[in-house]
Amino acid sequence: MISDAAVLLWGVASLLGTAVLAIALSRTPGSGTRLVYGLTLGISATALLVLAGRMLEAPVTPSTAVLPVGLPWVGAHFRLDALSTFFLVVINFGGAMASLYGLGYGSHEPSPHRVLPFFPAFLAGMNLVVLADDAFTFLLSWEFMSLSSWALVIVHHRERENARAGYIYLVMASFGTLALLLAFGLLSGPGGNYTFEAMRAAGPTPLVATFVLALMLLGAGSKAGLVPLHVWLPLAHPAAPSHVSALMSGVMTKVAVYGFIRVVFDLLGEPTWWSSTIVLFFGGLTAVLGILYALMEKDLKRLLAYSTIENIGVIFVSLGLALAFKANAMPSAAALALTAALFHALNHSFFKSLLFFGAGAVLTATGERDMEKLGGLIHRMPQTSFVFLVGCVAISSLPPFNGFVSEWLAFQAVLQSPDLPQWGLKVMVPAVGGLLALSAALAAACFVKAFGITFLGRPRTSAVEHAHEADRYSLAAMFILAALCLLAGILPGFVIDGLSPVTLSLIGSRMPVQMAQPWLSIVPIAESRSSYNGLLVFVFIAISASAAVYVIHRFASHALRRGPAWGCGFADAVPGSQYTGVSFAQPIRRVFGAFVFRATESVEMPAPGETGPARFNLQIHDVIWETLYLPIGKALDFATDHLNHLQFLTIRRYLTLVFLFLIVLLLVLALWP
Amino acid sequence: MNGLTFDIAHLLAGGLVLVSFMMLYQDRLFALINVFAVHAIVLALSVAWQAYIQDAHHLYVTAAIALIFKAIVIPVGLHRIIQRLGIHRDIETAVGIGPTMLAGIGLVTLSMVLMLRVTSGADPLAREDLAFALSIILLGLLVMVTRRNAVSQVVGFMSLENGLVLAATGAKGMPLVVEISVAFSILIAFIVIGVFLFRIRERFDSVDVGALDDYRGEHR
Repeated sequence: MISDAAVLLWGVASLLGTAVLAIALSRTPGSGTRLVYGLTLGISATALLVLAGRMLEAPVTPSTAVLPVGLPWVGAHFRLDALSTFFLVVINFGGAMASLYGLGYGSHEPSPHRVLPFFPAFLAGMNLVVLADDAFTFLLSWEFMSLSSWALVIVHHRERENARAGYIYLVMASFGTLALLLAFGLLSGPGGNYTFEAMRAAGPTPLVATFVLALMLLGAGSKAGLVPLHVWLPLAHPAAPSHVSALMSGVMTKVAVYGFIRVVFDLLGEPTWWSSTIVLFFGGLTAVLGILYALMEKDLKRLLAYSTIENIGVIFVSLGLALAFKANAMPSAAALALTAALFHALNHSFFKSLLFFGAGAVLTATGERDMEKLGGLIHRMPQTSFVFLVGCVAISSLPPFNGFVSEWLAFQAVLQSPDLPQWGLKVMVPAVGGLLALSAALAAACFVKAFGITFLGRPRTSAVEHAHEADRYSLAAMFILAALCLLAGILPGFVIDGLSPVTLSLIGSRMPVQMAQPWLSIVPIAESRSSYNGLLVFVFIAISASAAVYVIHRFASHALRRGPAWGCGFADAVPGSQYTGVSFAQPIRRVFGAFVFRATESVEMPAPGETGPARFNLQIHDVIWETLYLPIGKALDFATDHLNHLQFLTIRRYLTLVFLFLIVLLLVLALWP
Repeated sequence: MNGLTFDIAHLLAGGLVLVSFMMLYQDRLFALINVFAVHAIVLALSVAWQAYIQDAHHLYVTAAIALIFKAIVIPVGLHRIIQRLGIHRDIETAVGIGPTMLAGIGLVTLSMVLMLRVTSGADPLAREDLAFALSIILLGLLVMVTRRNAVSQVVGFMSLENGLVLAATGAKGMPLVVEISVAFSILIAFIVIGVFLFRIRERFDSVDVGALDDYRGEHR
């Protein structure tokens, strides 16, 4: 009987085999596309079955495997414990859905030979990162994942914007891996023990732990999209084909979250309370800024990418809370916060995949990503509109969907903050909770805009008028995800209980057993404090909505008539005069824009009597890009310009430089106390 | 180990450092090569003495290699090259002799301080040997960076290699393979650089490495 970890490694091997097969099949794009996505779907589904079996049995001992590749005398270690099982479920489920969607969507791809080999390789890379049990394998898989996703980002590399996105992604990914490399170097210590087991046993000093935490925030944070390291994300995620965007946004950011949890909660041992403040601060900042950027966006896929940043912020706030509670020996509160983080990660993978699939369907049907050129799609793509609406409601954290449950759990964790002993945390946690509430409200506004401008109203361009419904594979993937968003929302107890082995292994505590609660309620701490029943809310909504529909249809006029929209008294309103996304975001831009985006609006009125149109000018600055990244780029240009002289020294001067440097190093060694 | 064997080993290694200083002082090419030959002879003696006191017979091979190749073949070859190139009257030290000697003294002090500190607790003979070897390596580098002439840079490089051999023989149990490879690496370097010199000669009528810079459009 081979171990579960070995089974999953076989899955990874067959994914890589599929990638090779895809290269061979590049001459026959039609059948090749179906074969490759069919295979990845099958492999991911099999992996899911294995993982489901593991979760149902709830085994105590982790499953391990060692391969004789990698570093000499170390080999490649793989381990499957509760945490990696959970994230593997997220990855393989996302992979299965993306493959199912790709079965239909892939046939619209103009250059399938650029996508097909890298798609299974990308899935294999993400699986390997989560399975890895030593630093070398982890970093290697991490780079493999980054590079294969980079190849997918530059699939349409002839578009200037995509080439730039690929370049920035590559730079940021290398930077992140460098930070991870340093973090693992510190963790392995002078002994150079690269297995996670040895790192766990070593227990770093507080100073080392602080550095490792900072480096993990840089390394995993840049991959997850923490502000201010997020700049590549809204460029790269939308550039890829939509099912890959869904994987990158919904799943790869979760792999980054996994890396953070693995190191900070598992390998670092006991945290210090103030280290949680760093995580909380950046989490809160990320949540609010991410959704503000999303509100300013008019490109549908970029809006979704910015919203991913917001959700990562929510996850990191929950993780910061879990750290704070863990440091203060409040295990039940820590378990609550960690459960909230993991639950939100799962939920986000559901609804963000769903929304990217929807955006992909819109893109295939109309060829447009710009919301200001869409509109009225609800009549042409009714099913896509329906599932997209479900995704929007879920991501806006409205009951009875899943987004509400995880955010509610996060707020329950915030409400535990008065019990914290440190005044710093007592003040900070409610403030971050306020940011979280703000971001949740802004997210709702953002997705009202995304859905309303894209699907409601009248078509703004002729491309939209000829739009057609998505194919059946894409619809199947989207309906499955929408159903899961609802199921996880009305039956959250199953998920919370499924997460308990993870919190048990990382924190040593768990939330109360939810399945034991009457009427499928969920209870974070104790019933006397708070409880939520998604099923009850759902039943209430269903009954009241049906009653309202019944009353309207029973007592209102039966004559159905479709008339022109009221044009505010103006004659013949063209579709272009409809309410736009920019107008929708204006109130929020007025409130936050001057500060966050240095937004300036001006109206140019023609002189009286002149027949020219009035013009409305809007300028928005990306302050983080302009104040952080452009100066770095300029400094780099300056330095390379000036260091260029070093290319043209005489041979003797090169020797002298080497010699002097050697002397300096020897002097340091001689004078070191 | 009795006092006399230690003293003799010490004397020979110290002599090697002294010859390195002599090399630093020379400003004629023939004299420089002659001093290099002396350097190689002292190295051969030192290695042979190590072979005797460690009772390691394979070290005699190393001593023979040092004697034959470095003390005889290479100096004779370099003499011929210089005569063929007609550069026996040139010498261009980039830095004055006085500052160079002072820098050399500083380097020896540095290597002593460093080596005696980091090897505390090791065998006293090995410690002294390593300290001297590091001095010789640094002095060889100093020869390389203070000369403009390609031939004298080659000589500096080879005296640096002598320091490495001294370090290798001072440490007990170093296998012969390493020494042969070191010796051959010098020989190969010598051949390559010899070819390189003729190339320079053909094209620029000079073996001053400054000529290479002119070729690349650079001027000091």
